[in-house]
Amino acid sequence: MSPLLDVSRGFDRRQFLKMVGGGIAVLVVGGPADLFAQQGRRMYPEDLNAYLLIGADGRVTVFSGKIEMGQGVLTSQAQMAAEELGVALESIDMVLGDTDLCPWDMGTFGSLTTRMFGPSLRAAAAEARAVLLNLAAAKLGAAKTALIVENGVVSVQGNPDRKVTYGELAQGKKIARLLDEKAVLRSVAQFKVMGKSPRRLDGREKVTGAARYAGDLRLPGLLYARVLRPPAHGATPVTVDTAAAERRPGVKVVKLDDLVAVLHADPEAAGAALAEIKAEWKTAPLDLDPENIFDHLEKTATHGEEKDRRGDVDAARAAASRLFESTYRKGYVAHSPMEPHTAVAQPKDGRVIVWASTQTPFPLRDQIAQALKVDTQKIRVITPYLGGGFGGKSAGRQAVEAARLAAATGQPVQVAWTRAEEFFYDTFDPAAVVKVTSALDANGKIALWDYAVYAAGDRGAALFYDIPNARVRAFGDTMYREETGPRSASSLHPFATGPWRAPGARMNVFAVESQIDLMAAAAGIDPLEFRLRNTSDPRMRKVLQEAAAAFGWPGAKAGPGRGRGIACGIDAGAYVVLIAEIAVDAATGAIKVERVVAAQDMGIIVNPDGARMQMEGCVTMGLGYVLSEEVPFKGGEVLVRGFDGYHLPRFSALPKIETVLVKNDDVAPQGAGEPAIVPLGAAVANALFAATGKRAYRLPLTPERVKGVLNASASGS
Amino acid sequence: MKSSIQFRLNGRPTSLETDDSRKLLWVLRTDLGLTGAKYGCGAGACGACTVLIDGRAVRSCVTPLSAARDREVTTIEGLERDGALHPVQQAFLEHGGFQCGYCTPGMILTAAAFLRENPAPGREAIAARLEHNLCRCGAHTRILDAVEAAAKGGKP
Repeated sequence: MSPLLDVSRGFDRRQFLKMVGGGIAVLVVGGPADLFAQQGRRMYPEDLNAYLLIGADGRVTVFSGKIEMGQGVLTSQAQMAAEELGVALESIDMVLGDTDLCPWDMGTFGSLTTRMFGPSLRAAAAEARAVLLNLAAAKLGAAKTALIVENGVVSVQGNPDRKVTYGELAQGKKIARLLDEKAVLRSVAQFKVMGKSPRRLDGREKVTGAARYAGDLRLPGLLYARVLRPPAHGATPVTVDTAAAERRPGVKVVKLDDLVAVLHADPEAAGAALAEIKAEWKTAPLDLDPENIFDHLEKTATHGEEKDRRGDVDAARAAASRLFESTYRKGYVAHSPMEPHTAVAQPKDGRVIVWASTQTPFPLRDQIAQALKVDTQKIRVITPYLGGGFGGKSAGRQAVEAARLAAATGQPVQVAWTRAEEFFYDTFDPAAVVKVTSALDANGKIALWDYAVYAAGDRGAALFYDIPNARVRAFGDTMYREETGPRSASSLHPFATGPWRAPGARMNVFAVESQIDLMAAAAGIDPLEFRLRNTSDPRMRKVLQEAAAAFGWPGAKAGPGRGRGIACGIDAGAYVVLIAEIAVDAATGAIKVERVVAAQDMGIIVNPDGARMQMEGCVTMGLGYVLSEEVPFKGGEVLVRGFDGYHLPRFSALPKIETVLVKNDDVAPQGAGEPAIVPLGAAVANALFAATGKRAYRLPLTPERVKGVLNASASGS
Repeated sequence: MKSSIQFRLNGRPTSLETDDSRKLLWVLRTDLGLTGAKYGCGAGACGACTVLIDGRAVRSCVTPLSAARDREVTTIEGLERDGALHPVQQAFLEHGGFQCGYCTPGMILTAAAFLRENPAPGREAIAARLEHNLCRCGAHTRILDAVEAAAKGGKP
């Protein structure tokens, strides 16, 4: 058992305890090994902030570094805490993404909230419940084993009048409990709050306009900044003339080394002043475009890593009667959250407070401190609601800009990117290439798999098929990079790239599952049967079978101009299968996805309706990278400024979506917000093949590209 | 050029001394502190900034303040009546017609204006009306569910 600690023994300086004036807190100390292991970037630290605190009024405040960007973790985290504590969901208050108050966290991405932070939060809540039960046993003069807890009230079993509330137990206490062990968590059979679908806790705020995003903060003396931007990545200023802008009333011009901005109390006036700045730029020519980028990636991504090797690939290649050799490609894709990157920075009492739309408040705090050359303690990042993130708000350039401008002027400053800036500075999902050579044996079993991915990393490339001879290689850095600044011919990408909902996995699963489908067709085997024949993984088999049952799988052929495609994958610890039915207009090349069944095994489900919403969101958002989204560019110049040049999925593209939650209570909760977006590319491309007999090797499947595919003779790329 | 402008805002008489060529979105957000209408694109292409003028949905990021002169402006903050949610708001809440919530005010106001003129539209008509409101989270299915339910639920 960990010791009960008096607050005076070192915790009295902690701001949260002062703030609440006592109560019972469960603190981070070290934390479970899972959290230590979060990519090994930083250990859970000296930082002694609380996971949760029970106040004298009985309300429970949960502190989490995980932020809410639409994925529903405000609600699901509250459910987890309420479940383990034994309180009603309504008695929980959530504080998310505040670097002064919340335990350190590396960021909200990779579907880690539920599967990585969830166990710690649940353990902290279970620990608090144990503390409260000890206090209650003393107070009620009863054995701990004789106590029951319901909605924050502890009573003696069979004697409901002998009772005490959590609030009464916490009253006048200053107890800090260190979490240093694995707590016993409640089982699925015991669940009262988890496994249910309460209305989202952010619902009322979001339907009434009360929900606050970074740009909604109103501070006295707030200045709106517009920043001078280069015409292309890699361009450097030769001359910058701000004289005309400076003459405009109310305009403040700030010139720092690499940051020129105009500030005004009215955002439109700031924009008008920016237009008055005359700048000349020097641009280094970079001969890259959406067509030649793939050869460039293969040439430039020379550093390779072998991720898997089985059997004898060379011998299997020599023995194969027929080799299937394919090259798959995908262009750059933008995040395009509806809320562009926004931040407000306020200098206050020798510190700078930054409200930012960010997925990574703690790393952002460190980044800002570094930019301002001050100690980390001088910066506080507060994260309001995010208007979407999808990985793109792991990059926090706008917050650094706001903090620098606030420090330079001594006034609160808002930097809110325009849509054009959002497209320009987006850390795009990278263009990528996959080359694969495979072969079958006489029984329709895969005998060879030689796989190489360029620029996407290997997420989603791991084999779950039973292949005796296989090699999986990944070339080039993974795409988890956010490099801006000068570019040269040896740069992998002409602009910054970064994680995008299930990074890398969408490219890899598009390639893998297209190749599987191609072999099934060549062998004359039904694509569902082919997959079942080639994988013995029981979880994947079960999800395949449940998806097929829900769809009523009748085979891939669906009549003239219509087809059905199946694709599966493993992502964020979840197993997912999509089955798509499409109609193809041969004259225009337009694909209409009409129906999608998505089946997912994500272990224990914290909030079933929330999980379904995420799966529906994956399928709907996924229609973009599959059918219409590709960033046009010329060298470092991004040739899209607004939604007229970049086509997000709209209501008219919406298929009928059916979600199947595959029950698996033997596995701890896994990711829900990313897996179902992963197989959509292959599911649709495979349906296109079923409909037309022609295979597409490149995403997105725009009408022009589909027409090209339909008119071309069959080949391997 | 500053001038005097009067209009009703969420049921209340409102008077401003300002340049009436300024965009309604920024006047609402900056001068009037109503931040429910969002900036999404600044080009009237996404619908996040939607407000109602005399009950009609307009894109406030491309609408000059002068268009509101002597009119009734309704923002998402003014849709509740006597503490009760508008039926479309209630339906969005019940059907989970939102994720990040950023496009939500524009979706709700566009749908509310549509249902006032078309009390019983089918799902396809609703989808067609919302075609130019963008949502990036992929909440589309639930948004349609919500508007359909509000349409069936009576007179919004």
